Amino acid sequence: MSRAESSPVGLYHRAVVYLLFAILLLPLAGTLIYSIASSWSATVLPAGFTFKWYVQLWSDPRFLSAFGQSLIVCVGALVLSVVLILPLLFVVHYHFPKLDALMNILILLPFAVPPVVSSVGLLQLYGSGPLAMVGTPWILIGCYFTVALPFMYRAITNNLQAINLRDLMDAAQLLGASTFQAALLVVLPNLRKGLMVALLLSFSFLFGEFVFANILVGTRYDTLQVYLNNMRNSSGHFTSALVISYFFFVLVLTWAANILNKDKSQ
Amino acid sequence: MNAMTRGKWLAALCLVPFAIFLIVFQIAPLLWVLVNSLESEEFGWGLANFSKIFSSKFYLQAIQHSLEISFWSSVFGIIIAVLGSYSLRRVDSKLRNFVNAFANMTSNFAGVPLAFAFIILLGFNGSITLMLKQAGIIEDFNLYSKTGLIILYTYFQIPLGVLLLYPAFDALREDWRESAALLGANGWQFWRHIGLPVLTPALLGTFVILLANALGAYATVYALTTGNFNVLPIRIAAMVSGDISLDPNMASALAVVLVALMTLVTVVHQLLLKRSYHVSR
Repeated sequence: MSRAESSPVGLYHRAVVYLLFAILLLPLAGTLIYSIASSWSATVLPAGFTFKWYVQLWSDPRFLSAFGQSLIVCVGALVLSVVLILPLLFVVHYHFPKLDALMNILILLPFAVPPVVSSVGLLQLYGSGPLAMVGTPWILIGCYFTVALPFMYRAITNNLQAINLRDLMDAAQLLGASTFQAALLVVLPNLRKGLMVALLLSFSFLFGEFVFANILVGTRYDTLQVYLNNMRNSSGHFTSALVISYFFFVLVLTWAANILNKDKSQ
Repeated sequence: MNAMTRGKWLAALCLVPFAIFLIVFQIAPLLWVLVNSLESEEFGWGLANFSKIFSSKFYLQAIQHSLEISFWSSVFGIIIAVLGSYSLRRVDSKLRNFVNAFANMTSNFAGVPLAFAFIILLGFNGSITLMLKQAGIIEDFNLYSKTGLIILYTYFQIPLGVLLLYPAFDALREDWRESAALLGANGWQFWRHIGLPVLTPALLGTFVILLANALGAYATVYALTTGNFNVLPIRIAAMVSGDISLDPNMASALAVVLVALMTLVTVVHQLLLKRSYHVSR
């Protein structure tokens, strides 16, 4: 491929890639500049630079509590996902391989049904009655489990297929381990890295979830995205600092997942 | 043997918690929507909600807006993603890995934060709007219009398109291009008879996912227009969580229309896919 690099064709491809990068970067770069600008209105370039918006943001108790509550909901949902999905996958692959086809259809549901549609039913079913969860973080944890499900399921399945589950289990059992011991002490450690990558990536998109959070819970349990939306009338510089802080956090997570993923493939 | 079946029963027991959570948070709400879409506040059970939707200018406008914005943002998104991922394959690995990783990360830059970023850049006093105005290229630009929304949606379609299409170019082998050139095919002929037919299934599949992604999108348009732009997801949410005129049954009927549109797109995709295989053989 290197032979084509300095030719006109190579130049064209480089130009396209840089252009793609520029398009993707533009809104982020604009927000970043806005967040460190002291004031920027009716001119093309800002008047001066300052960090006061970040200082103001990170000392706002409402922001800190929304950030913490987002963390709680996302971590809760991921813990729930692992607790529910790991045994399921193990059982499906080890005992009932035929169920995998059914599961592959079921995990399409969260994809095929947009959160807005689910929320209509969720609001009516759990607004009152024995399972009154609307307005509490519990309903978000349950919903986020369904949001993460397709991704977690596929990611862990790929890992299970890569480690030869049956051979590993047979070997462990030959050496005297029970099924439970073998699953916990032999299979689980082999899945650890793949699981970490799936968790980090799921976390980064759950952290940005807005639809369920806004419709089902709203300000009764502020998450970061709901807080951000409610700050729409405050200074644009302040919301920019918020957007950049959020994106930076997600960036670190996806970057960590990337590194782990590379480690794994080597 | 007895221990064996007991083991299987214990194993099956592990499936129960998962099933309960899936039913409570995914299947039951969907069933509620399906059943209640058939009940109207005024007319009782039947298709009254649906006939109301298809005879109301307001609801039809929401459907039309949703379809238009989804269609055009998917078209623009996929064109940029195809050109981008094809070129990504042909630059040095350092640049490729960097831009690929960056596209991955920006796929999380959607919804409320994205809408705010666009307001800063392209809003009434956005810096790009001002720049283009000063340069005399545009008279005025309204981000809060259909055109504005198409641009915004296109932006969040691009990373997803690159993510899905980049691996698809694996199917297109470099030596085919060389063989075609040796046999006298020019660039256009190569794409017309080899490149595009090979990529068609991936292109169709990606297009369908982009369409579905845009049809169901709520956060971005809500954050941009505070729910004042008439698209399906906004209408649905307004009727269950708005301040006025709550009507969960009508919301359910609209939700069924939305899911039906997405299903229709998927069915058409399957039909086209069968045809494209047939033709390419």
